[in-house]
Amino acid sequence: MSYIRYIMRLSQLEVGETGIVKEFTDLEMSVKLMEMGCLPGEQVTVSRIAPLGDPIAIHVSGYQLSLRKREASTIILQ
Amino acid sequence: MNADLKVALVGNPNTGKSTLFNVLTGLNQKIGNFPGVTVDKKTGYCDLTDGRRAQIIDLPGTYSLYPKSRDESIVFSVLADKSNPLRPDLVVVILDASNLKRNLLLYTQVADLKLPVVVALNMMDLAKKGGITIDVNAFAQKLGVPVVPISARKVEGIDQLKSAINYANKIALQEDTIDVEAIAPQLIAKISEELQVDNPYYALQLAHQHETINFLTPAESDRIEELEKECNFHSQKAQASETIARYNFINDLLYDTVKKQETAQEESMSNKIDKILTHKTFGFIIFFAILLFIFQSIFAWSAYPMKLIGDLFVWVQSSLHHILPAGPLTNLLVDGVIAGLAGVMVFIPQIAILFGFISILEDTGYMSRVTFMMDRVMRKVGLNGKSVVPLIGGFACAVPSIMSTRNIENWKDRMITIMVTPLVTCSARLPVYTLLIALVVPNKNIWWVFNLQGLALTGMYLFSLISAVTVAFVMKYLLKARERGYFIMELPVYRMPRWKNVGYSMYDRSKAFVLQAGKVIIAVSVILWVLASYGPGDRFEKIDQKYKQAQYSQHVNPDDLHRVIASEKLENSYAGVLGHVIEPVIKPLGFDWKIGIALITSFAAREVFVGTMATIYSVDGDAEKMESVQQKMHSAKKPDGSPVFTVAVAFSLMMFYAFAMQCASTVAVVYRETKNWRWPASQFAYMTVLAYLASLITYHLLK
Repeated sequence: MSYIRYIMRLSQLEVGETGIVKEFTDLEMSVKLMEMGCLPGEQVTVSRIAPLGDPIAIHVSGYQLSLRKREASTIILQ
Repeated sequence: MNADLKVALVGNPNTGKSTLFNVLTGLNQKIGNFPGVTVDKKTGYCDLTDGRRAQIIDLPGTYSLYPKSRDESIVFSVLADKSNPLRPDLVVVILDASNLKRNLLLYTQVADLKLPVVVALNMMDLAKKGGITIDVNAFAQKLGVPVVPISARKVEGIDQLKSAINYANKIALQEDTIDVEAIAPQLIAKISEELQVDNPYYALQLAHQHETINFLTPAESDRIEELEKECNFHSQKAQASETIARYNFINDLLYDTVKKQETAQEESMSNKIDKILTHKTFGFIIFFAILLFIFQSIFAWSAYPMKLIGDLFVWVQSSLHHILPAGPLTNLLVDGVIAGLAGVMVFIPQIAILFGFISILEDTGYMSRVTFMMDRVMRKVGLNGKSVVPLIGGFACAVPSIMSTRNIENWKDRMITIMVTPLVTCSARLPVYTLLIALVVPNKNIWWVFNLQGLALTGMYLFSLISAVTVAFVMKYLLKARERGYFIMELPVYRMPRWKNVGYSMYDRSKAFVLQAGKVIIAVSVILWVLASYGPGDRFEKIDQKYKQAQYSQHVNPDDLHRVIASEKLENSYAGVLGHVIEPVIKPLGFDWKIGIALITSFAAREVFVGTMATIYSVDGDAEKMESVQQKMHSAKKPDGSPVFTVAVAFSLMMFYAFAMQCASTVAVVYRETKNWRWPASQFAYMTVLAYLASLITYHLLK
C-alpha cells in the first residue's frame, strides 16, 4: 500500500477500462458534463478513441458521449 | 390559419422529435425564422380528435434549458416569455424511453416552469429490446402528468397522444420535482417580488440567463445583476447544485418505476458498426468513399434536372418575347426578372440532393462519427469536425453547403466555415477554367498518363482547398469566440434513416432557399440586366441607326448583323462603360476592358463569363458554342498585334475567379444564414482583395 494518492483522470483510461466519477476540476465544464448525465458516482467506460487519438468516446448513463481529451482530463475518477 | 391551441414540442436531440412533428403535421408545416437568430422556426397544424385545431411548434432539440448555443436559448425564450406570440398553451415533452435518465433532466426543468405538460414516451420498442420495463401508470402518477407511450417511427400511439393533447388541463398540475427555492432563496424571493414573477424557477432562470435573453428591458437586467451581487449568487455553482438535485429526483423516480434487466453484456449492433466506421484506416477510407459518392451524385444527378429547368426557362423567355409586345417592360420582365428566377430555380436540384444526403447521414447517426473522427484535424485550422461536409459540398455549390453549416453549434467554427466555403472550386467555375485552360495549356501528355490540361484543372481544385484551409487558419486568430468551445456531444445509436424525414428535409431546404435567398438574387439579376442593356445618353440609338444604313442591312447576313450589334451595344452599355472605367485598375492583372465587362457581369454568377465572352467577341451567345468562343478568344489581338490571352493572362484570370466572390446567390445565402450584412460584406471584401493580389502575383510571375 502506498501513501501517495494518485489522481486518476478520465483521459488516462484506455479503451475498455472503466472508472467511477469522483469530482471535476473545472466548474464550467462540470455543469455541462453533469447535464449530460456524467455525474459524481456515475460509472464511465471508455468505448473508443478517435483514429487520430482525440477525441474519445465514453459510455455513461446508458448512452455514448464523445469529448475531447482536454475535457476528459477535468474529470477525476475514484 | 387560426389555431385553438398552441402546442410546443420539446426534447433532447435524437429522440425522434422531428419525426413526431412530421407525423402530427404532415406537409401542413411552415418554416420561418425566430426573430433575430438563424434558427429555423418550424410550425404546423394538427387536427385534434374533437375538431379543434392545434398549432404545433417544433423547438430546437436541447439537453437542458441552460443553452449551450444560441439556438438552444430559443427554447427558454419561447416557453417562458409571456409576451412571446408563440408561447404555448401546452408543452409536449418527448422522452427517449431507452435513455430516460438523461432525457428526464429537461422534463424536470420544463415542468418546474409550470406550463401544462404532456409526456410522449418514444422508442418504447427499443427500451423493451434493451431489457427496460417501464411502469407507465406509476410513472405518470409520480410526475402528475399524462404519459403516452408512442412510436413516432411506426406511427403508433399518435391518436392517444392527440387525445391527451385534447383533454390536457389548462393549468399545470404536475408535481414539483425539486425544491427550487432552496437553491437561492433570497435572490428568488427578491426577483419574484421586484419583477412580479409568480414562478420561482422562472425567477431562477432569469437570474442565470438575464444577460442573453432579449425579452427583459436593460433596466430589469441591470437590476437582476445588482440583486445577484447583493445575494452573492454564483451562477455556475447554482447550476451545478440544481443539476445534482434534479438527478437525485430522477434516480428516485426511476428506482420506483423502471426495471432494468441485467442482460448478459452482449455487444450491441451499434458498437459493432462503430468498430468498422471509426476504425483507424477503414474509417477514413469509408468516409472519403462516401464523400466522393455524394460529390459525384451532386454533379451527376443534378445535371439533367438542371438542364431541364434551364431549358424550361429559355422556352418561357422566348415564348414571352413572342407573346408580349416588344419594349423595355417586356425586356425587364423576361431578361431581368425571369432570368433571375431561372438563376434561383437552377440551384434546386443541387440543394435537394445535398440535403437528402446530409439528412441521411444525420438520421443514421453517421454525421456525429464524422465529427468525432475529423475533429482533431479540423480544430487545428480553426474549423470543426462538422465543417468537412460543407467544405466538400462546396466543390458542387457553395449555396447548399453554406445552408448546411447550421448543424455546427459553435458560433465561431460556423462563421469560419461560412467564410471559407466559397473559396472551394464550385461547379460554376468549371466552365471558366476549362475554357481558359483549353486556351493556353497544350493538350499533351507528360509521362504518358498525365494530361497537362487535366493536371492544370486538378491543380486549381487542390489549390482551392489549400487556400480555404489557410484562410480558415488565419481567421481562427482574427475572430473572437463568443462562447467557450465544447466538444461534449452525444454519439447516437445507429438507426435506419427515415425516408419521410429525408424527403421533408429536401423540400424544406429548397423552399427556404427559393423564398429567402431568391429575392436578393432576382434583384441583383435585374440590376445587372439594366447595366448590360442600357447605355448612357443616346449611344444605343446611334448604334441602331448606324446599322440600319444600307451598307450593313443589305450586305451582311441578319444573324451576323444581330451579333455585331449586340457586341457593340454591350461595349456601350453601362456595364461596358464600367469595364472601361475599371480598366486602369485591372490593367496590372493583364486584363483589358473586355475582360472587365466579363468580371462585372460575372458578379451575378461565374458561369456568365463564357456567355459574356461570347457576346463581346460576337459569337452566338450560347455556352455550347464554347469552341467558337475559344477560337475567337484565341485570335483576339491587342492593338499592337500581340495576343490578348497569353498564359499569364489566362492564369491570372483563373486566379481571379478562384478567389473572387462572384456569385450573388452565395452573398444572399450568407446574409440569410448570418442575419447581418457585415458578414457577406466582409467576405466579399476579403475575397476581392485576395483575388486581386493572387492575379497580380500570377500575372507578374508568368509574364
